[in-house]
Amino acid sequence: MNAPGPPLWLLAELTYRCPLHCAFCYNPLGFADGAELPTEDWLRVLREARALGAVQCGFSGGEPMLRDDLETLVAEAHRLGYYTNLLTSGIGLDERRMAALRESGLDHIQLSFQDSTREVNDFLSSTRTFDLKRTVAASIKRHGYPMVLNVVVHRLNIDHVDRIIAMAAELGAEYLELANAQYYAWAHLNRDHLLPSRAQLERAEAVVADWRRRADAPRIYHVVPDYYESRPKRCMNGWGAVFLTVTPDGTALPCHTARMLPGLAFPNVRDTGLREIWYDSEGFNRYRGDDWMREPCRSCPEKTQDLGGCRCQAYLLAGDPAAADPVCTRSPDRAQVDAAIARAQITDDGRPPAQPLLFRTPKASRALAGR
Amino acid sequence: MSGASGPMPRIVRHYRLQWEPVQDCHVLLYPEGMVQLNRSAAEILRRCDGTRSVAAIVAELEAAFATSGLAADVAQFLEHARAQRWIESA
Repeated sequence: MNAPGPPLWLLAELTYRCPLHCAFCYNPLGFADGAELPTEDWLRVLREARALGAVQCGFSGGEPMLRDDLETLVAEAHRLGYYTNLLTSGIGLDERRMAALRESGLDHIQLSFQDSTREVNDFLSSTRTFDLKRTVAASIKRHGYPMVLNVVVHRLNIDHVDRIIAMAAELGAEYLELANAQYYAWAHLNRDHLLPSRAQLERAEAVVADWRRRADAPRIYHVVPDYYESRPKRCMNGWGAVFLTVTPDGTALPCHTARMLPGLAFPNVRDTGLREIWYDSEGFNRYRGDDWMREPCRSCPEKTQDLGGCRCQAYLLAGDPAAADPVCTRSPDRAQVDAAIARAQITDDGRPPAQPLLFRTPKASRALAGR
Repeated sequence: MSGASGPMPRIVRHYRLQWEPVQDCHVLLYPEGMVQLNRSAAEILRRCDGTRSVAAIVAELEAAFATSGLAADVAQFLEHARAQRWIESA
């Protein structure tokens, strides 16, 4: 294996606390009641990652606005030369903090919406936040920030894609991320509620293509659901290749969902330096390169393109993190994906009653942890 | 085109050009993204500050690198940069 390059992206998940309870959240099922790193540890993480070469820094969560040291961390990241991104629901982003973040050197705000309608936005997040988000969007523009709207797309809102794009254009967003749900954690638990039908997906793709021809449209990043692909995604651009995530309790991960994988001890920034974590730890080295691959990946001519896909998806669907990503039609476990797709084609009228939609709440998290 | 001296290209707001020692190159940073630049792209973009015409940028580069005949290459790169929405006219 070639020596790994430096991390370029640091994702700082400052907290798992969140005022929203989105049913498609990728935070771990057992997020509740975890410890959080204090300010001085985060400052050290920022410095160490920057020294390694990280240049994009995302402040995320949970809801990062719930950390009252956010402005301190942004200011240090800015001073160190990062391009600083805040990924937020907008809750808690009032005028005072908006101005303070501007003063701290924040470069960009990504604001999440759950839908273009109050009803669906508020239902999916299990909150009353739609009107507040629109107010925050206007404030972001007033303060001169570039704005990315992020909307997670799935069965319950994909038929509103036209109105979602119109809303983004009306709010003055520079970019719109229409990110089909990725089925991990809470989204995996709720998958039968969330996976769109093929007809829904094709309609949405046609709508996106129409908007892309219009001069008044924001730039649209459309992430399609990989279940409908025949080859897996190049997950995280490679394990331990570019991305470094630090979770609220200081665990360092090569991607934000990797903690679910069994048999891997991920290091913690409280007791290990980031250089050692990135270059030497077992957790970051296990799936680097292609030495870990088995058939059908090992001899596959496409392995350098998709890198075997996603380790978390292999674990969730095939029960083995070293298996081929079951999205691949060459995977012996592709039937798992096909079965989920087949269920998604059944219209709502004829659907057997599934388990109810489970919202991401601390109560549900504790119940799942005790299961 | 704006005026007799032509457009004065500048890097669009919210994009940032900076030198990254670890990557040993200039990069262009923008919301949640990064482009690694080769040396000639970086030398052109460094001069896209909204105060220099394209002709002035070409003249500066030709002087800095003791060469001539760069106009076509610079124009081609600026066209690419404009299509990518990295630059606009001041």
